[in-house]
Formats: sequence, structure tokens, C-alpha cells
Amino acid sequence: MSPEPRLVEVRKNILKQNDIVARELRAGFREVGTFVVSLVSSPGAGKTAFLERVLTALHPRYRVAALVGDLATENDAARLARSNAPVKQITTGTLCHLEATMVRSAMEGWGAEALDFLFIENVGNLVCPASYDLGESLRLVIISVTEGEDKPLKYPPIFNSADIAIVTKIDLAAAVEFDRAAVDANIQAVRPGMTIFHLSAKTGEGMREFIESLEARLAASRGVVVG
Amino acid sequence: MHELSIAVSIVELAQEEAERLGGRVTAVHLRLGALCGVMKEALETSYEVACADTPLQGSRLVIEELPVFVYCPRCEDERPIDSVQSFRCPKCGTATPDVRQGKEVQLVAMEIEE
Repeated sequence: MSPEPRLVEVRKNILKQNDIVARELRAGFREVGTFVVSLVSSPGAGKTAFLERVLTALHPRYRVAALVGDLATENDAARLARSNAPVKQITTGTLCHLEATMVRSAMEGWGAEALDFLFIENVGNLVCPASYDLGESLRLVIISVTEGEDKPLKYPPIFNSADIAIVTKIDLAAAVEFDRAAVDANIQAVRPGMTIFHLSAKTGEGMREFIESLEARLAASRGVVVG
Repeated sequence: MHELSIAVSIVELAQEEAERLGGRVTAVHLRLGALCGVMKEALETSYEVACADTPLQGSRLVIEELPVFVYCPRCEDERPIDSVQSFRCPKCGTATPDVRQGKEVQLVAMEIEE
């Protein structure tokens, strides 16, 4: 007769390794004054078009750069490079999300250390990125008007993990009978108090307000009081 | 689908602990918060795959799902929410983003056979 197995208490966080690296990254970025913004959305929400606009608006007034995660192609990096800001692709292979170690490896030897803003575009996915801290200062979750107003209710963890919601493609809002009040209410339901920007990367509507808020956050992160 | 890489981390961590403690792992107890972004069913399937050809092959994965607790500033207390689609105090209805529990992916215990 074999003895009863004994129950041993362990208490270890499975994602601890990622969290440790993310914490080190965050401390390192803070030390050199880089404000790191990550972007998550479902595929096709318009992350890249939006980011292209943002990079163009900030460069070269600020030192900006972008890391772009994608499973296979480098198309997004090529699009973003049109802004003339330094852009680096992280090809994840079969992995559906970025992890902190990938950000760290991408930064090593890139020569993009002394930045004002670093943008990290995650793989298009509203599930897996929720579990991984990348050392960012601010996480944006992007949803386009063509996706339906109930997206936040379908993916509460990612919306809850984000700091700001961006509703994109508002130039198409009328065509798809988009209900702005409904999406705002759904975002607030899963993340009370979240700031929401409604904008169009295509027409530029609403972009200025967002860029100004980024500039204010950068200044605040450096302890500067904006007038 | 990141459950497989998480399952591999669980198996590696459990294996390390088992080597330290001595013995064979027959079960791994895990806590999953409702907001952690990991699906229980997908993790269970991935766990079997991750255990294959390791000393943990054939071990059980016991998952305890944790509800989300938020801090209600009005009641000045931590309370479980009724649904992850509504971050409101279940008692007074105050909306609150202050999550106190629910993001855990935690190895809590192992059953070990000598």
C-alpha cells in the first residue's frame, strides 16, 4: 500500500518572471524619463493607422520610437516607418501576445534609449495581452466603431487592465449606426472612471485632444506642472 | 491562446518545487482570478500537453476560481462583484475600479507522493 500523498503549500505566482522583468523595465524607463504607451486591440481595429498618426504628430518635436508586435509580417513596421520615427518589429512567431522579456530584448542595442515616448503596439488580440505587464506607463485599449458596442462586456479583463479607451474610425459611425452612449456606458461598466477618446485616424478628428493629453501626461510623469 | 505557455510555466515551477521537496507530484493546486485572462478549460487541456514526458505526467490540475473583489470607497470595505461586466459594489451600487482580488494565476499547493 502506498502512503497518502502529502499536501504541500507553495504559493508562487506563475507570471512572476514576467512581472519582475516588467518592473525592472518600468524602473529603467522612469529613470531615463521615457513615457511608455502600449496599445492593445482586436485585429483590424486600426492600431497601426492610429499609431502612425500619433508618431507623425509627435515626431520630431519629441524623441519618439515604436515597437510593433506581430505574428509574422513586418508590414506594420514598414507603415509606421513612414512617420520617420525609429520603428522596430518584434515578430512573435506563434505567440499571441508580447511579453516583458521581448520588450527588453528589443530595446537592447537598439540605440533608442533616450526617448520621450516609446509606443508598444501589441499583437492584435483582446484576450492574452491582458495577463502580461510590459512595463508601460499607460495602456490604451482601442476599439473601432465597426466592432459593436458590446466589445467591452465581451472582454472585461483587457478593458479593465487598460488606462485609456480609444474609440476609432468615428468617421464611419453614422454608416454603421454606432451608439456612442452605449459603448461609453459599457466601457465605464468594466472600468469605472476610464478616460475615453473618440477619434478618427483617417480624418484626424479628435487626434489633437489625445496628443495634448499625452503631452500633459509626459510632463506630469516628469513632475512638470502644465499651465 | 497563451494557456499553453502558462501551463509550461506551471509544470516547470512545480517540478522545481518537487525536486526541492523530494517526491513525485500527483496533483497541482492553482488559483485563477476571474480577471486574470486565463481560461480554465483551455488551461486544463494545455496542462496535460505540458505534462507529457515530464515527471508530472499523469498528475491532476486542481483549479480554484477566485471571484473579483473590489474596494468600495463608500462602504469602506472589499466586496465581491456579481459579474465582471459590472464593477459596482454589490451592496450600495457605487462604481469602483479598485480591484483587490481577481488577477491571480497562483500555484498554491502540490500533492506529493514519497
